Amino acid sequence: MNPIVEFRGICKSFHGVKANADLHLQVKKGTIHAIVGENGAGKSTAMKILYGTYQPDSGEIYLDGKLWGGRMKPWSSPSDAIHCGIGMVHQHFMLGAPQTALENILLGVEPSPSWSSWLPFFLRPIDYQAARIKLNQISAQYGMKVDLDAKIENTSVGVQQRIEILKLLYRDANILILDEPTAVLTQQETEELFTNLRKLCQQGKTILIITHKLKEVMNLASRVTVFRRGRVVAERDIGRTSVEELATLMVGRKVNLQGAIPSQPKLGELALEVKNLSLDGHCSLRNLDLHVHGGEILGIAGVEGNGQTELLQALLHPKDQSLKGSLRLLGQDVSHFTADRIRSLCVGVIPEDRHREGLLLKKSVQENFLLGLQRRPPFYNKGLISTKKLTHEVRRIIDEYDIRPKSADVAVSTLSGGNQQKLIIAREFEFPPRFLIAAQPTRGVDVGAIESIHRRLLDARQKGCGILLISSELDEILALSDRILVMYEGKIVAEFQRGQVTEQVLGLRMGGASA
Amino acid sequence: MKTGKSLFLFFQPIFSVILGLGIGLLITYAAGESPWNVFQIMVKSAFGSRYDLGMTLFYATPLIFTGLSVAVAFHAGLFNIGGEGQLEIGALATAAVGICFAGMPFPFAPILGVLGGILGGALWGAIPGWLRARRGSHEVINTIMLNFISAGLCSWVTLYVLKNPDSQNPETASIGVGYLIPQLKFFAEAPVSVAILLALLAAVLVWFLLWKTSLGFELRAVGQNEVAAKAAGIDVGKIRILAMVIAGGLAGLVGVSEVLGNAGRFKIGMSPGYGFMGIAVALLGRSRPLGVVASALLFGALHKGTSDLDFETENVTRDLSLILQATVILCVSADGLWSFFGNRLKNKHQIKKNLKGKLNFPVKTKSEAESSSTVTP
Repeated sequence: MNPIVEFRGICKSFHGVKANADLHLQVKKGTIHAIVGENGAGKSTAMKILYGTYQPDSGEIYLDGKLWGGRMKPWSSPSDAIHCGIGMVHQHFMLGAPQTALENILLGVEPSPSWSSWLPFFLRPIDYQAARIKLNQISAQYGMKVDLDAKIENTSVGVQQRIEILKLLYRDANILILDEPTAVLTQQETEELFTNLRKLCQQGKTILIITHKLKEVMNLASRVTVFRRGRVVAERDIGRTSVEELATLMVGRKVNLQGAIPSQPKLGELALEVKNLSLDGHCSLRNLDLHVHGGEILGIAGVEGNGQTELLQALLHPKDQSLKGSLRLLGQDVSHFTADRIRSLCVGVIPEDRHREGLLLKKSVQENFLLGLQRRPPFYNKGLISTKKLTHEVRRIIDEYDIRPKSADVAVSTLSGGNQQKLIIAREFEFPPRFLIAAQPTRGVDVGAIESIHRRLLDARQKGCGILLISSELDEILALSDRILVMYEGKIVAEFQRGQVTEQVLGLRMGGASA
Repeated sequence: MKTGKSLFLFFQPIFSVILGLGIGLLITYAAGESPWNVFQIMVKSAFGSRYDLGMTLFYATPLIFTGLSVAVAFHAGLFNIGGEGQLEIGALATAAVGICFAGMPFPFAPILGVLGGILGGALWGAIPGWLRARRGSHEVINTIMLNFISAGLCSWVTLYVLKNPDSQNPETASIGVGYLIPQLKFFAEAPVSVAILLALLAAVLVWFLLWKTSLGFELRAVGQNEVAAKAAGIDVGKIRILAMVIAGGLAGLVGVSEVLGNAGRFKIGMSPGYGFMGIAVALLGRSRPLGVVASALLFGALHKGTSDLDFETENVTRDLSLILQATVILCVSADGLWSFFGNRLKNKHQIKKNLKGKLNFPVKTKSEAESSSTVTP
């Protein structure tokens, strides 16, 4: 039997940087095929070539043994891909927030009643009833329930993802490409997604899944391809490999997945003290009490949307919020500070949403590195920016943090998510912070980089920096935190010391179960 | 690779301008004139003699100032439609200084006049900047409104406070003799003055500000991503106000060319819409100082070049200038057009390469290749 998807010698480079080099890949019909690799290894690029977003420089892709696209028209576009049954769920969902689920699913393929076929297409009414019938059928077949009339802005990320998948199924996709589908999901949502994917697979759909999370690969996929620096370095059946082997193949060296067990914290002075903090927001905070000492990592565990965003906003922009209660940071009352005054206390921030709060996407790596440091020596000299020192320093951090591609001039938007995150970390650690707010610091980051980010957080802690770690990754919280607080619906519902709690208990408390 | 890309960035606007001019001139064919003839008349009128060249530069000078003004605001994510009001207030302030301190001797007087113009414009820019930063009301609305207010204010000051007693024209009294700045003799009778040099200096300073200073970096950061700039500790409000102050100050410098360099007084209706043309200039120049200077020169040349069409042709008037501006801007802003052609070229190249490499895999007939394009796996 022909493989349903076959890459033969695909090459693609961007501005002289090779993203894919001589790629060969075969995917069997009706399987879940995982593609793993470090950030910038070329996984997303390869999938976007398959989906028609990018045109390869050379090589060919065959679908079920047939050349995908004619020779005189060397490659196709996403609309052709959809036509041929290829669908893709992007890492950042492509949904219109004020529209309902139904409207989003139908966008571009609105059915119209048969009587209206004589009208030009833009005048035909939309036959919502027919669409609902078809969608209900799909939902029943694959066991994916979605409230079709819910507005996107009111739904959780997990539901949005289900809507994205339904969108593909509604278009009769047979090959589903999922780019980092679990990056934003909670554990429960991830489980649910996997059940759904398995069902899809049983019904004959082929699923290509890009991910960093090797545990999930072992759990879900039947075959896995490992990418490194734009090439396929290995293909394995899941039964014949292990997490350790995959991690080694991905990074090209042995990786310590457990992380060093940190020594006892050397507690310094009180760095952050929040007393009786209340704040109205999307999820309002109620009577929050917490404190972080210097040299300590306080982990805040919780399912996203339980007040973490509000807490972050309160800490970084206290003046813009109508908050009640007291907020002391590094010995000062900061409840009326603006972000620039907070920052001037040597506070580092790894933001939750790096595109929105951390980066100037269209600007170069160099300018993004400078953001926030533009008034600090050695880069600042009597109002001017010392380009020479800046260029030198940027070259150094690109090497040290292994930011790829190794160029200071490319726009940050062309970097992969993990490399963007490395750049932010490099910037925030350029001057050792006295207090660090790290929100989802390893979201969408590969194992090699996770290891280095965790090491840096622990180093900073060793040097006496107080760290507030907000994460929905239980592994991360458990590995790093000296103390763990669990946040649920804007309140702290539990506190644990290091080693006092298991993943299961933590997961339950995050879900709102009482002790 | 990098040089190839920057070369493309350099040539693309030039091709766009040529294409735009070509399309615009074809319209004259529809009006019954020979486009080539019209083009020749325009070139001769814009660059034919020292005087013509001087007039082109004279028209370009205020456009450089207003173009820079729009560009600076644009880099900070603000849309300054208030160049017209800012330049009027600036020019009036220049004239007011010249009238109130008429006895000032030469080297100091023009400096004072320039400072007056900057201050007047900056004040008029600061108002919408402050309103945006501290009150959140949109600068587009406020700058448009302030254009009307400044028109009224300038009329009142001109007619009731600084009126020229010897004239029926709506103009102020003349400024002190010491204020008049030297005109460039090279350009014969044309009123082009050293203000053009000031404009070029302003362009250099704007470039320096935006790309070499911390303030400029902060300004561009705010324009690119306000949330990230704020989170990085930049006082977004302050930067916004400063950007509008600088933008207003630049627009206010128009008075130097018009009042100190030419008329010697402020006249109502002195500007034929330089403030609004500045938006087009900045757009064409991609908000880069060098680009602004180049596009201001082009617009100056169009303005001067079309001015003789009234007499020299039967069917085309000087309004052709507006049509040409429009077609040029359309072609320049049509980025997609160029990437479309670029991809077409690349694809052709690709097909050739694929055909060359076809020996590496089984050769297909044309019909096979076509049928496979509609495969459903």
